[in-house]
Amino acid sequence: MTLKQVVDNVAAMPASKKAVVDIKDLSLTFQTADGPVYALSEVDLTIEEGDFVSFIGPSGCGKTTLLRVIADLEKATGGEISINGVSPEAAREARAYGYVFQAPALLPWRSIERNVTLPLEIMDLSKEERIKRAHDALKLVELNGFEKKFPWQLSGGMQQRASIARALSFDADLLLMDEPFGALDEIVRDHLNEQLLKLWARTNKTVAFVTHSIPEAVYLSSKIVVMSPRPGRIIDVIETKFPKDRTLDIRETPEFLEIAHRVREGLRAGHGHDE
Amino acid sequence: MAMTSNTATLSGSVAGPSLWTRMMSGHSGPVCVVLLALLVLWYVGAVFMNAPTQIDRYDRADQTWTTSQLIEDTLAQERPILPAPHQVVEEMYKSIFAIKITSKRSLVYHSWVTLSSTLLGFSIGTLLGIVLAVGIVHVMTLEKSLMPWVISSQTIPILAIAPMVIVVLGAIGIKGLVPKAIISTYLCFFPVTISMVKGLRSPQVIQLDLMRTYNASKWQTFWQLRLPSAMPYLFASLKVAIAISLVGAIIGELPTGAQAGLGARLLAGSYYGQTIQIWSALFTAAFLAAMMVVIVGWCERRVLARMGVSA
Repeated sequence: MTLKQVVDNVAAMPASKKAVVDIKDLSLTFQTADGPVYALSEVDLTIEEGDFVSFIGPSGCGKTTLLRVIADLEKATGGEISINGVSPEAAREARAYGYVFQAPALLPWRSIERNVTLPLEIMDLSKEERIKRAHDALKLVELNGFEKKFPWQLSGGMQQRASIARALSFDADLLLMDEPFGALDEIVRDHLNEQLLKLWARTNKTVAFVTHSIPEAVYLSSKIVVMSPRPGRIIDVIETKFPKDRTLDIRETPEFLEIAHRVREGLRAGHGHDE
Repeated sequence: MAMTSNTATLSGSVAGPSLWTRMMSGHSGPVCVVLLALLVLWYVGAVFMNAPTQIDRYDRADQTWTTSQLIEDTLAQERPILPAPHQVVEEMYKSIFAIKITSKRSLVYHSWVTLSSTLLGFSIGTLLGIVLAVGIVHVMTLEKSLMPWVISSQTIPILAIAPMVIVVLGAIGIKGLVPKAIISTYLCFFPVTISMVKGLRSPQVIQLDLMRTYNASKWQTFWQLRLPSAMPYLFASLKVAIAISLVGAIIGELPTGAQAGLGARLLAGSYYGQTIQIWSALFTAAFLAAMMVVIVGWCERRVLARMGVSA
């Protein structure tokens, strides 16, 4: 192998990584009685296969809206967006992603197992397959043994884990998470973050994760997207170089603090002009 | 209240709750007390309301009378203005247990006639109510076109419509059970529709979004999310529906010339001044309604328990 070939190979490597989400000049304007609200404006972003991308920013910056556009729960009013090379609608119809909401949104009349099998029922899988997959998904979030319990019998953290299991059950390659741990206390949150990282390392899924916690974003991500409100836009994209099997200890390292600082600076700059 | 506080202070030194406290802590204690109070009130009322006719009767017979005799006689009249409770109970016992149930004088026979059209009307009404609600929730035009009719249908007094329904259907040869059931249906579809519209719309936005991320069809969303969410609303409305369904059936029996059913008993009783008969028919109707509400409540608990709602 000549040197040139090696260089070519290396150069070709990033390009060979598949773009899961490709967004160009995306905008979304809500027409309200008080005039238009520019929720998203001039958003350019590529999420590659295996990325863990965090969206961080103050409320009103459009991070949740952006996630909802990716999920085809909102329609963009301008620009281009493709998921796995197709439109968000086609991707949704192909069940290309699992979505985890801010609240667990478990159906109270279904047991934990039957909550996890809900998407599988809708996808018309056989009963044995459904049970098997629910079992596997619950194991991934360490909820095995709670199959027959009802949601109200579980703590908030466990409920959110069940909802993650539900999003994992049909094995979509893309996981969209909208502040999934926002309502939980610090300790539970740390624990779930660790579990989520392990899960990510093991399954090599692509994750898009909305948060408003800087440490959470830095700890979890391979790429941090800093956003700013009015109009909602991206002001910085930071790549982190932590290994996939990172532990909570990295939060004490200089690299971690440096990235956290950069995120905070970005957020401050984004805030600057309206204060 | 005074009694409770008295006994509470008296029993303060005794270990554990007093008999009175224990009696009143459950359901049966308070119910018994209220029942007793009502009975006393009823007896007093019966004496006062029947006294004038009784005194009149004494005067015409030139008979001298004492208060105790007056009380005794007012509670034993054949056609009192207000019959005493024991007279009603006696009449109910006679016409429920002592008479063969196939007899036209048996309250069991009349109850069955009313109950059958109540249940038929209730079934059709519930079904109609649910179907209308499903339509209203899923089709925008139906909400706008149907909802005003659903609501205005209930502003027409049922007493005005009932004879027309009976007469019109009778003219085309439909008699007996069906016209009465239709009146029951007319009354009882309404609460079911209103509750079910609310119930089917009760899922949270987040739950509807969830179904959308699974690319669930409208039908799947209905079965897996909307219908289960609407269950508590459905049962609440069924309790109302079953009770007014019985009222509908009784009203439906009034214009038929009082052939059979509790409504017929009521009408016949009022024709001939048989107040005891009226009251026993009334109590039978109330008892039936209560039983049906209890049965619906039991079904509700069973269904909701299966849905994992109960603790």
